[in-house]
Amino acid sequence: MAQKIINNFSITIATVNGSGSQTANVTLLRALFKMGIPISGKNLFPSNIQGLPTWYTIRLSKDGYTARRAQQEIVVAINPTSAARDLASVCPGGVFFYADDIKLPLNRKDITFYPMPVKSLAKSANVSPALRDYIANMVYVGVLAKMLSIDLEAIKSALNFHFKGKAQAIESNFSTIKAGFDWAEQNLKKIDPYMIQPMDKTKGYIMTDGNTAAALGAIYGGVQFAAWYPITPASSLAEALNVYLPQLRKTPEGKQTYAVLQAEDELAAIGMATGAGWAGLRSMTSTSGPGISLMSEYAGLAYQSEVPLVVWDVQRVGPSTGLPTRTAQGDLTGVYFLGHGDTQSVILLPGSVQECFEFGWKAFDLAERLQTPVFILSDLDLGMNQWMTRPFKYPDTPMDRGKVLWETDLEKLNGNWARYLDKDGDGITYRTVPGNRHPSASYFARGTGHDENARYTEEAVPWEANLARLKKKYDTARKFVPPPLIRKTAGVKIGIIAYGSTEAAIEEARFLMARESGLKSDFLRLRALPITKKVADYIESHERIYIVESNRDGQLCQILNAVLPEHANRFHSTAHTDGLPLTAQWVAEAITAQEKKL
Amino acid sequence: MTAPNVAVGQTNKIGLTKNEYRGLPSTLCQGCGHNSIANQIITACYELDMVPENIVKFSGIGCSSKSPTYFMNRSFGFNGLHGRMSSLATGAIFADKSLRAIGISGDGDTASIGMGGFKHMVRRNVPMVYIVENNGVYGLTKGQFSATAEVGLNLKHQGINHYMPVDICMEALASNATFVARSFAGDAKQVKELIKAALSHRGISVLDIISPCVTFNNEENTFHSYMWGKDHEAPLHEIMYTPKLAEIILDGDFPEGTVREVSLHDGSTIILKKLEKDYDPTSRAGAFQMLEQAQVNNWLVTGLLYIDISKPTLTEIYNLVDTPLNRLSESDLRPSLETMDKINAMMF
Repeated sequence: MAQKIINNFSITIATVNGSGSQTANVTLLRALFKMGIPISGKNLFPSNIQGLPTWYTIRLSKDGYTARRAQQEIVVAINPTSAARDLASVCPGGVFFYADDIKLPLNRKDITFYPMPVKSLAKSANVSPALRDYIANMVYVGVLAKMLSIDLEAIKSALNFHFKGKAQAIESNFSTIKAGFDWAEQNLKKIDPYMIQPMDKTKGYIMTDGNTAAALGAIYGGVQFAAWYPITPASSLAEALNVYLPQLRKTPEGKQTYAVLQAEDELAAIGMATGAGWAGLRSMTSTSGPGISLMSEYAGLAYQSEVPLVVWDVQRVGPSTGLPTRTAQGDLTGVYFLGHGDTQSVILLPGSVQECFEFGWKAFDLAERLQTPVFILSDLDLGMNQWMTRPFKYPDTPMDRGKVLWETDLEKLNGNWARYLDKDGDGITYRTVPGNRHPSASYFARGTGHDENARYTEEAVPWEANLARLKKKYDTARKFVPPPLIRKTAGVKIGIIAYGSTEAAIEEARFLMARESGLKSDFLRLRALPITKKVADYIESHERIYIVESNRDGQLCQILNAVLPEHANRFHSTAHTDGLPLTAQWVAEAITAQEKKL
Repeated sequence: MTAPNVAVGQTNKIGLTKNEYRGLPSTLCQGCGHNSIANQIITACYELDMVPENIVKFSGIGCSSKSPTYFMNRSFGFNGLHGRMSSLATGAIFADKSLRAIGISGDGDTASIGMGGFKHMVRRNVPMVYIVENNGVYGLTKGQFSATAEVGLNLKHQGINHYMPVDICMEALASNATFVARSFAGDAKQVKELIKAALSHRGISVLDIISPCVTFNNEENTFHSYMWGKDHEAPLHEIMYTPKLAEIILDGDFPEGTVREVSLHDGSTIILKKLEKDYDPTSRAGAFQMLEQAQVNNWLVTGLLYIDISKPTLTEIYNLVDTPLNRLSESDLRPSLETMDKINAMMF
């Protein structure tokens, strides 16, 4: 046997969509996490309920690099349809586990083959015929456990979590895993170098997905109203609200302090959220790109009539169905300018699951402080995949409800106030909400031209003055948005700027570039728009800025060019989109190639 | 905004003059049916002693949707998007259940661009008085056909309409509305009584009011004109609204079986005095039949077509806390620090 390769490789499992393999794959992922090994799991699935090929990639990285890798050392083939392509995808020296009923010429000499009696072992499992196909997936879990040394106790605790302690389900799945394990022990001889050994590198981490984190963040942010319409990959965000709100936000008498409503479409979802936000509720909606386009009209009205509102955009690929189950960062410029006429959006860009939680609550403070829609751009990779992440941190600042006047406030002012009067000079005006019974509380909200008293006017001067004030408000937003995270070493000439879920790939790429080409780089992870001075300073302190993102046109680069044209000669767009999460390899090669051209 | 008008003239039981229910001067055309409806809203609210701050107004886009500024100056209002008032109001009513919502829409706003939202608002029984000022034409964009225009209608720059009209009452009924009425802006008394009844209804009240457009669609022989309405109006009953505890005085002598009383949630009553037809507004099938009959016979049937007070409203379905949601404080809204560990422990 060649030298052992421990906790540093990728496993891809190729199955049929809708066959129950997701349970088996997540069980493997959780077991490895339980064993203390830094891991990531990416579900590369089709837009389909049942029948099409699907892949699940697990990366083990003793060094803690969790970005997707293109190279696959271990491939598990369960789906006859994709088996030939799966066989070709194994890297030289790798391993091919395959269901033994797949008819395929095993014609590669550079890899190891292990058959698995998936169907025959599933047949002997003690479950109803209806469940047999589902449980068949547990056979490969057992065979992998034996051949790679995955701890059976860790697997059991993963099953316990998945089946919420239901003994029968745990037992029938585990016994199939055990059957696979025992069969491998008796029939297979280990000749490959890949091994798994326990570590202690997941201590202090939890594992969950960004959509769950976002929903929990919203709940700790006091969400009171959420309207949504089903769309992959955002649906599970609203569904998580429905799971956790009843546990966290009911009174002892069982009454709700919130309402979640599945609307008839995205037009209505944001309409409802706008109504609720206007009426003084912490209000949100969650969607993906196609939903965002439907929401643009209300987003524009909410911007113009200054309604606080939180919109989660869990980005997917393309228009219509596009690649609905794949990931991208393709909505940035669209959302930045969403609306009609001149609009600029406040956008938060969470880069981790923990940050989905943090921005989940912070967004409400920002929206109410700034009286404007606040968008949070997540993506399918962050939202739907399981990530190891730091535990959620309880909000460290009290709620900021912004400038709201209630009856007693109006009494003190003798009823003298104006909805759109910039009293404090920060572009943010005072508002009242329906239900305020003071006789001078009311005003008429509208998109139509209005003066400082919210009165209808089509005069040129008040219209332009209002637009100028909205711009001033956007400047004020710079003081409130989360600052960028910067990793900087003195004297380094190359600066990378990226955002969102690509962080893991960037960090690893920096390591690779330094190791392989001696190329040192700094890194700024942008966490919000508008662009702040810190970002400008970072740019100014580097000769070349590589803006890495998962889209075609380099959308952040476009925005930076527009906002900081004086630095345009420093910007190098490094953009790529194929529906899959960026890999460190690609990032490193793309930057290195551009450096070589200089 | 500004101090309320000084009370002059006669006051109602809560000490407000009618003036305090008014809005800004209308900018709609002279003689527009919509102005008459705004006036009846003012009178109804004044006569019902409603606190203006307890009303919240909504509208979409169009001539009709401008009118919320022409009544109830002291009420909050939001002029939303074309066809999208339904969702705007649906979200807002969660903030404070004690508010009464009045939405003003038009036939284009409701039956063309807003049809989907309208029907979903109706099926959710959103607690709101939803008035459609129906004139069969797009006024603000100068005279295009709306979805309620009758087949064969000939408009100046549009030619002839070839499509079957949408009947808003029929659509409301089909979507399981709990209060459906039709009226005619020229019948001010009926409009007022229906608005009063609608304000006492707990769920969605759809009022389809034929409101002629004097500029673009008021030819004598057209369905949405004053002349046609006056000639063809077929009231189902004479409608009288009596608030809770009010003494019921019916003029004249009524033989048994000629008066039908309908109780509403707040203890008020609608008295329907039978005219030519014996009509039961609690029968959904009967309502469909009546609308069908009206279409065949060229009647403009008016009155209360359907009422059902048994269904829960949208906010009732949610079992909300008694305090208005928009008055809850941080301690009500942010789960305690201790729960954070539990939640983290629930993750893998």
